[in-house]
Amino acid sequence: MAARVAQDAALTQRPRKAESILDLVGNTPLIEIKRLRDNVPPRVRIFAKLEGLNPGGSVKDRPAVWMVRDGLQNGKLCAGKTILDSTSGNTGIALAMAGAALGYPVELVMPANVSIERKRIVNAYGAKTIFSDPLEGSDGAILLCRKIIAESPGKYFKPDQYFNEVNPRAHFESTGPEIWGDTGGQITHFVAGIGTGGTIMGTGRYLKSRNSSVQVVAIEPDDAWHGLEGLKHMESSIVPGIYHENELDRKLSIGTDVAYEMVYRLAAEEGLVVGQSSGAAMVGALRIARELDAGIIVAIFCDFGDRYLSTNLWAGWQDWRERQQSHH
Amino acid sequence: MAVRVRIPTPLRRFTGGSEEVSVEGSNVAQAIEDLEKKCPGIKERLCDEAGKVRRFVNLFVNNDDIRFLNSLETALKDGDEVAIVPAIAGG
Repeated sequence: MAARVAQDAALTQRPRKAESILDLVGNTPLIEIKRLRDNVPPRVRIFAKLEGLNPGGSVKDRPAVWMVRDGLQNGKLCAGKTILDSTSGNTGIALAMAGAALGYPVELVMPANVSIERKRIVNAYGAKTIFSDPLEGSDGAILLCRKIIAESPGKYFKPDQYFNEVNPRAHFESTGPEIWGDTGGQITHFVAGIGTGGTIMGTGRYLKSRNSSVQVVAIEPDDAWHGLEGLKHMESSIVPGIYHENELDRKLSIGTDVAYEMVYRLAAEEGLVVGQSSGAAMVGALRIARELDAGIIVAIFCDFGDRYLSTNLWAGWQDWRERQQSHH
Repeated sequence: MAVRVRIPTPLRRFTGGSEEVSVEGSNVAQAIEDLEKKCPGIKERLCDEAGKVRRFVNLFVNNDDIRFLNSLETALKDGDEVAIVPAIAGG
């Protein structure tokens, strides 16, 4: 057992020198959350995996790079093809980065109200953006993307993040082994949000393959009407083909306001400015932690907060800050 | 003032599936009150207990965010369009 853990740990080291930006995807660090504990028993430890340290700035670098490389290997992505997919943002940034690094054009279908930061980042990589009706949300982008492909079927390579099993496989082959190695095989609970379901499915499967008693806990918005950008409320959405709810041990519903406030607290108390889905994951991790006597919880923090500074997440910060000051 | 309110997919369960609802109001607050009369339950989704627009909700009048106009007091005229824009979900 110890030898296998050591072997995994050796696999999960970021290279000091790389030939391509894509070789720097993965091998993100865990950070222990030590100050923001809210009455968590002392033998319960909470770690956040900082996916914002991927070169494209989010967890989505993993599936994007895996799916593009898979397309190159099986010949579906070849000279003359354009990479096209629908995305709420982070997958778009990751695909734009991969396309630029490999020399393939990229087109992205996104709801028109994605943050200005995201639009500018994908444009900087040279990708073309196609906007869908903001009122139709990310499902509207999925449907528009299908229509565009139906009109010119030979032109595109579609990574198809919602239905491509290579998406969860990226996490089975990278996120899972990294967490297993970095916790010395001691992880008891894995907490992650559901966007496509790729992270929770692939990582969860890997961890359970090493220790079937690891609990896999999914985080989802508490209502179809929510402000947790990047997360999906499954009951009211087009359900991704890669998502299999029966593989989850638990699902926790998290409200938008509590997740936003957790983002503000993580910044002030831990020095971590993260996105709203990370706030939701932290709320879920604390909820699990308070139920335990001992354990090691790992939560996925999908990205950092700087790409949301123009959004509602930060619109509420001033109010919150004033409330905090009036309490003291 | 007769204005059109555009409803996002997640809130269409309050409008019987309609994408658009016609309401009366000379500012956004009044338009929301009239919308609530026609589609009970929807106001609570848009505003908190104190009556302020919820932190994650975006309301646009003719493509301008009311946060940068006059918030709920933003004036409306005949034919204006109010859009309720959702946050972006998943992937």
